[in-house]
Amino acid sequence: MKRANDLLLKAVNKVAVLIILTFSINLFFSGHHHPGGGFIGGLGVSAALILLFLTYDIETVTENIPVDFKKVGAVGVLIALVTGMGSFFFDAAFLSQTFGYFDLPVFGKTELATALLFDLGVALAVIGSSVTIIQTISEDE
Amino acid sequence: MSWSWFHIIILIPFIFAIFVPILYKQFNPRIHTGWFVLFIPVFLFIYFLRFIPKLSNGESILLTAPWIPSVGINFSTYLDGLSLIFGLLISGVGALVVLYSIYYMSKDREALHNFYVYILLFMGAMLGVVFSDNLFVLYVFWELTSISSFLLIAYWYERKRSRYGAQKSMLITIFGGLSMLAGFVMLWMMTDSFSIREIISQRDVLAGHSLFLPAMLLLLLGAFTKSAQFPFSIWLPDAMEAPTPISAYLHSATMVKAGIYLVARFTPVFGGSVEWFWIVSGIGIITLLYGSITAVRQIDLKALLAYSTISQLGLIMSLLGLGSASVYYVNQEEIAFYAVAVLAAIFHLINHATFKGSLFMVVGIIDHETGTRNIRRLGGLLSLMPISFTIALIGSFSMAGLPPFNGFLSKEMFFTGVLNSTSLPIYGMDKFGVIFPIIAWIASIFTFIYCMILLFKTFTGRHYPERLEKEAHEAPIGMLIPPVIMASLVIILFFFPNLLSEYLLQPALMAILPGVVETGGIDVHISAWHGWTTELFMTLGVVGIGTIMYMTLGKWKGIYRLFSQEGRLNILYDQGIINLESFSQNLTNRYMTGSVRTYLVYIFTFMILMVGGSLVLLNGLTYDFTNDAPITIYEIGIVVGIIISGVIVVFAKSRLTAIIALGALGYLVSILFVLFRAPDLALTQLVVETATVALFLLCFYHLPEFKKKGKGVGFKFTNLVISLGVGVLVTTFALSADGTRLFEPISGFFEQSYELAGAKNIVNAILVDFRGFDTMLEIVVLMIAALGVYTLIKLRLARRDGEE
Repeated sequence: MKRANDLLLKAVNKVAVLIILTFSINLFFSGHHHPGGGFIGGLGVSAALILLFLTYDIETVTENIPVDFKKVGAVGVLIALVTGMGSFFFDAAFLSQTFGYFDLPVFGKTELATALLFDLGVALAVIGSSVTIIQTISEDE
Repeated sequence: MSWSWFHIIILIPFIFAIFVPILYKQFNPRIHTGWFVLFIPVFLFIYFLRFIPKLSNGESILLTAPWIPSVGINFSTYLDGLSLIFGLLISGVGALVVLYSIYYMSKDREALHNFYVYILLFMGAMLGVVFSDNLFVLYVFWELTSISSFLLIAYWYERKRSRYGAQKSMLITIFGGLSMLAGFVMLWMMTDSFSIREIISQRDVLAGHSLFLPAMLLLLLGAFTKSAQFPFSIWLPDAMEAPTPISAYLHSATMVKAGIYLVARFTPVFGGSVEWFWIVSGIGIITLLYGSITAVRQIDLKALLAYSTISQLGLIMSLLGLGSASVYYVNQEEIAFYAVAVLAAIFHLINHATFKGSLFMVVGIIDHETGTRNIRRLGGLLSLMPISFTIALIGSFSMAGLPPFNGFLSKEMFFTGVLNSTSLPIYGMDKFGVIFPIIAWIASIFTFIYCMILLFKTFTGRHYPERLEKEAHEAPIGMLIPPVIMASLVIILFFFPNLLSEYLLQPALMAILPGVVETGGIDVHISAWHGWTTELFMTLGVVGIGTIMYMTLGKWKGIYRLFSQEGRLNILYDQGIINLESFSQNLTNRYMTGSVRTYLVYIFTFMILMVGGSLVLLNGLTYDFTNDAPITIYEIGIVVGIIISGVIVVFAKSRLTAIIALGALGYLVSILFVLFRAPDLALTQLVVETATVALFLLCFYHLPEFKKKGKGVGFKFTNLVISLGVGVLVTTFALSADGTRLFEPISGFFEQSYELAGAKNIVNAILVDFRGFDTMLEIVVLMIAALGVYTLIKLRLARRDGEE
């Protein structure tokens, strides 16, 4: 995907991608109590990546982010599966989630939930699959 | 209900299979991978041996491990005499075959990791079949044996014959397996139980049930296809394309006997009915005759052994059928009289594994050392391969039913069983019973002839070194050990049959014929000499006439030319496959047009019919507007906007306009979500909309011309009807969904998300916790879709590159 050297787009992009990525991560973590979560967080990350693809050509982006997104997606699915099986060790049914409150040094009293791990898998799977689709379609001339 | 060591030990082959590729990578070619694998069957064999004392007095062990307890499917293992014999056969023959394969399969040329993974898969599956008490667990393992057999036959997949044979065996055995599944479902419907134990205990309920006969026929279909009974036997000769250790293991000693196992296992359920008696014994005896007559004409040693296996399986099957008459009786004397056939069946099952296993291994040696299995090219190997000759002599004389080999004993018992059955006053045997001994006798003559062909055509006569691909010489010692062990068993079993009978045969007999236990058991004493009985005269006749016919083979063999070499059944099968393929291709081409629009038409029509149909049929069309919130001016505004952008999408002059209008529509919907206080949905909708529009723009150049000569997609009446239908359907569906309350709403449960999942965000708690399973499968689907897009596009690119 060769594209004209669009200065305006590039300038905005530098700031925008950072903001989108930060926002997506925020969305991901806040999902437990506020709007957000793995699905939407993952979509946000892929939106940032799509913006990169649109601004620069795909070769440049893949060169700078040398990640195989097929593998990212596969790892995501695996994480979801493995965290689901994690409950076997506690004699609970597949995909049982639990949560607890802990005192952490910096954060103070924090709630930690196993659902977050599962959600991470969801986020990675979403990123992996959406970016894979977009990458392959745009590579196809 | 808990997991025990026994369950885990049955699953050991599966677990170990995971490590085989790692071991192969680490140690090949320094150490042959087979040495590692060998531990498994040896361990299993010793482990099973330890059960003999406990089971020999008729006890049985039932262990249940929960698997899917909510639907009553548990991994329950049942250990009795019958399953123990099979367990010992599977692990014992398995150990010998693995040892043999270490010398047979070259570690430099062959993909050993595949080979041993398949073998272990098979071993585990087979153990699962014989030890499962739960019908559906049994079924799963049963199909796994078919699949691993498919993989093993196609092991040399670059050969066309291997692929053909693998496909054939797969089609036939899986067909049988599916019929068997239907039979199992019927059994479950009749008894409301998945456990074979319980089904047997409810046999009184079964006998009068209308599904009794269908269930029996379907179950037998599974057994007959697996055990290569006529007319399903055609797959077995083609399965001989597998490496010889596999033929020895799967296609003679173990897998093909799964059908026998099934028949034996279900004899207490179905035995005693006239249909079971006639079908099992009839098909068995026909198979016996067909296999032995066809074996005589074979010129490939392995094909000869394949047909002989078919015929021997038929023999065992017919014995089981005849013996099932014993279930009919309650009197101890009569039970014992007819139970001899069943005893002969089990005894012959073991004997067949020993002599046929050794013969297969010898044929493998001949193939390995001379480069051919063709009888016409072989000859005079006696002086070159004396040890192999000795083994072959023991094996084939035992198969022919001569003393002092175990085959003689079980052949005598076979004759006894057949003769006893002629005195049956039931099932119309008083009229037709006499054909059984006659067929058995004729088939035995042919068995004798092909045994002699196997032995003498290969090892005696003139040796023509120029006809062989390699210079013939004796096999390495490691390759000879397994067949030597089997051949010595052949002799040992002849001299000490009662050892086997006391510890293995009797418990197995009790498992097959529960009546035997109730009446206090029968005295099982096998001896070689009974005096001048009819059986002995029959054997003498077989030897006499067999020898004469073998001597004059050249004179009458021409008769075989009247029948085509391939066999009618094979031709029928091949034509069937061709017709089936072209038929399904035609059918598929008719509706798979390759145009997305057509597919959308199918999908939407189906949706209208299914959803709309059930709405109307189930009286779902009820509306209830009383609890609805008032509609605000904002909502009206947004909906009007949505309608306008929808209309623009349809009537847009350029594709770009259409895409942008579609995007606008999506964003408006997300504003609706905001109004209804669903921020999660709104956010997701926003990002999804953005991503889709970007995707559309990416594909922009690839899509076909939007308009041809200013005519758009064109107006089609059917499309109008379908789109209107979808719109009406979705609207009425949404409205009546609100008005109908079939169940108590479950939203109350979700509202406790903070207490239950520690999450204040209900939506997310539902996604990752309450309905986590849905989400997991969703991301799997997503990933599959992504990989699908990837492979489709990459494939197309690769093909295009290939054409250039």
